[in-house]
Amino acid sequence: MRLAFILSEIGSGIRRNLSMVTSVILVTFISLTFVGAAGLFQLQISQMKGYWYDRVQVTVYLCVENSSETSCAAGPVTEDQRAAIEGKLESEQFAPYIDTVSYESQEEALGHFRDQFANSPIVDSVTANQLPESFRVSLVDAEKYEVIDEAFSSEPGVEAVSDQRDFLEAIFRYMNWASVVALVIAGIMTFCAILLIATTIRLSAFSRRRETGIMRLVGASKAVIQLPFVLEGVIAAVIGAVLASATLYGASRFVIDGWLVNTFPQTAFISSQQVLILVPALILLGAILAGLSSLLTLRRYVKV
Amino acid sequence: MIRFDSVTKTYDQKSRPALDGVSLDIDRGEFVFLVGASGSGKSTFIRLVLKEDRASRGAVYVAGQNVANIPSWRVPRLRRGIGVVFQDFRLLPNKTVFSNVAFAMQVIGRSRAVIRETVPDVLATVGLEGKNNRMPHELSGGEQQRVAIARAIVNRPGILLADEPTGNLDPTTSMGIMKVLDRINQNGTTVVMATHDDDIVNTMRKRVVELHHGSVVRDDAQGIYIGETGVVVE
Repeated sequence: MRLAFILSEIGSGIRRNLSMVTSVILVTFISLTFVGAAGLFQLQISQMKGYWYDRVQVTVYLCVENSSETSCAAGPVTEDQRAAIEGKLESEQFAPYIDTVSYESQEEALGHFRDQFANSPIVDSVTANQLPESFRVSLVDAEKYEVIDEAFSSEPGVEAVSDQRDFLEAIFRYMNWASVVALVIAGIMTFCAILLIATTIRLSAFSRRRETGIMRLVGASKAVIQLPFVLEGVIAAVIGAVLASATLYGASRFVIDGWLVNTFPQTAFISSQQVLILVPALILLGAILAGLSSLLTLRRYVKV
Repeated sequence: MIRFDSVTKTYDQKSRPALDGVSLDIDRGEFVFLVGASGSGKSTFIRLVLKEDRASRGAVYVAGQNVANIPSWRVPRLRRGIGVVFQDFRLLPNKTVFSNVAFAMQVIGRSRAVIRETVPDVLATVGLEGKNNRMPHELSGGEQQRVAIARAIVNRPGILLADEPTGNLDPTTSMGIMKVLDRINQNGTTVVMATHDDDIVNTMRKRVVELHHGSVVRDDAQGIYIGETGVVVE
């Protein structure tokens, strides 16, 4: 009986306040979408880190003719130098750090280059002797890149030592920024949502002050008086959260599954299934947000 | 049933207290008129009984319990034992007569079956048989007040507080309301009625407590109304 009564109170509250309830739904929808987007960026970053850090290689580039690097002032790498570098890479000293070493000749480098830039007119103007030969070194622990860098960058015949992590870290930095921006927007929108929920509850409490006054007089408990208001806010916020979840799922299917995965096949992307992990979190967040802000408002505006 | 022990209520420090050292005992089953001019403290008395306000000094006992010691979560329980009627009826305009009365039972969690059984009985007690489905605006003032009384007593409170219940009604209608209140009192409910309707007080011949500037100036067992001038209005 009491449940049915509370439900009918909520229904009449929402009907009376339809425009405000709608705006609460929309604002929580937008704010939780941004919260979710920030979450997705973070998921993607950790996914890529996990995937790439196992595969990162350190590349020791050897000098080519006409190299602009000062370390290559003596001209292209000689047979002896190449052998010395290879010997050093395979020595006992570096065995604990290095997993595997492979050699890439200038011809192989050209082959990779042609694959990578297949659609670009630049391909035809590049010849094998413009590209450096290199040693591709996989590390046991990707964090120990410094050791290789220090040991080999001053070795004669070495043009440069490069770590793919530098490149990846730049990407991660951008993605982190994107997630920070999303979080800031989410923060502002969440603040709006809280204020809007508070205002909605206040209006709702005002339009039902007769009922609540009578409830108080006949001895209705605090829960019966306040629950309809709290639930009104919570229901609106949960609807917003569901919309946000649906939007994120739709966007991830469209953008990740439909576009990114095909465009960058070597990159590990989060699946739209993983977006579903966020759904309960968003709904819970919306409910807590609305519940807390309405409880705080009620303490001021609905006497019990 | 209700006991005031040197109760003082000050709303703000600068003005004089609304109640000033009031001591009063109202027994179970009594019918008491609370008379006095506007601002004499009648409404404050009612608010203190309901624990809508706290006494600044002294103690208020309702059914033997000091209301100051009732924790806030038990206040609804206190209020379930007290029915209240106001001058302005305070009905819900968008609910029928039946729903208005049923509302008081719904919010304290009574079952639908009990409500269906009880409400018509109570409406009969206040003389509103057959008006279950009327809306408040279709009723006369007297009938609206009867609905309000029905709502106040539907949960069978031990005490009925009436704050100027006849203030908006003509003398004939008022007498009808008084008959209803008297019948409720006959059934064992303690009734406290604040009023300045001299006709009613003089006709009923019940206990009269007169307040003036927050103090009890008179407490007669079968009193009559005396105006502010001290002249007996007969």
